[in-house]
Amino acid sequence: MSGLSTTVLDAANLADDGAIAERAEIFTMTQTAEDAVLRPDDTGAWSHELRHALAARIAAQNGLPDLQARYRGEAGNLAALADPAEPVPGDLEQVVIFMDAVAVTPRDVTEDDVARLQQAGVSDADIVRLCELNACMAYQCRVVAGLQLLAGDMA
Amino acid sequence: MTGTVLHRFTRKVPHWRPRVTPVRLEDATPEQLAALQVTPSNTKVSDYVLVLAHDVETLAVRSPLFNAIMYGKTGLSRAERELGAIAASVVNRCIYCAAVHADRHAQLTNDTTVTDAIFLSGEKADLEPRDRAIFDFAVALSATPPKATPDQMQALRDAGLTQGEIIDLILSNALFGWANRLMHILGDPIRPDTTTPT
Repeated sequence: MSGLSTTVLDAANLADDGAIAERAEIFTMTQTAEDAVLRPDDTGAWSHELRHALAARIAAQNGLPDLQARYRGEAGNLAALADPAEPVPGDLEQVVIFMDAVAVTPRDVTEDDVARLQQAGVSDADIVRLCELNACMAYQCRVVAGLQLLAGDMA
Repeated sequence: MTGTVLHRFTRKVPHWRPRVTPVRLEDATPEQLAALQVTPSNTKVSDYVLVLAHDVETLAVRSPLFNAIMYGKTGLSRAERELGAIAASVVNRCIYCAAVHADRHAQLTNDTTVTDAIFLSGEKADLEPRDRAIFDFAVALSATPPKATPDQMQALRDAGLTQGEIIDLILSNALFGWANRLMHILGDPIRPDTTTPT
């Protein structure tokens, strides 16, 4: 191992031949990005708990149960959202529909999906915050999935 | 800006029209100005970056992370990182990202064969073996859930990629899972009407 401990590297459990250590700055910044989308100082309308619940849900949609569990642990009383099969509270329905679409079928998202959030009273800044959370988790999940495959290849 | 929204892939980089209101530079906070890298001699900021300034904590880390992943001096070649980016953009149908990075790939390789084939045939494009291995892996990793396989990982090894190069491919491809979900969700790629001043 490289000695670095980050969400991604802990989840990947990849034996390092020096390639991770050479890219330490990238993995450190990846952790800083996770902190920025899950635990920002300025949360806007989305609490740290809701952000972790949505991140856990995205990890589940990406087939990463360990990462799902890690984020669900910080989701407080919103932990049920981590399971895409569970019912969604009415006040979060529009947000979750949007987040599911961006996570799973981004190619099919249109201006109407964004307009529906605006009509539901979500501010433009909060829409950007949702997209950054979703997008950063898409990155994080793919780095974990790719590195896990690489770790399996070397086992 | 009025114009036609593009739905087909192109190497000619379109304009990008936001679906949400960008931060107005004159209203930006000191923290936003720092993340936007606005200085008295550099006041030109794109609508895209002004949209992202709504979430300044993320923007501040995303820009240096993006540069480190796409422009790292060692490891996978620049053009092959672009191929990873293009694969994600094809899967996610981000016309804008695909155009920018196909154009960059064509410039870096001085050749349009690869991106012509990708725009013609999409995920099934006919490519040389090393590009084929890179593109197939990156397309599969871009799916939700990711569906890259051990055989596709072995194909990267067989094509001669080192562990470091494979990590660079994973990072550049995954980074566009991120970029596509901003660019394609928060705005439209448009070709401005010819009569409209831009």
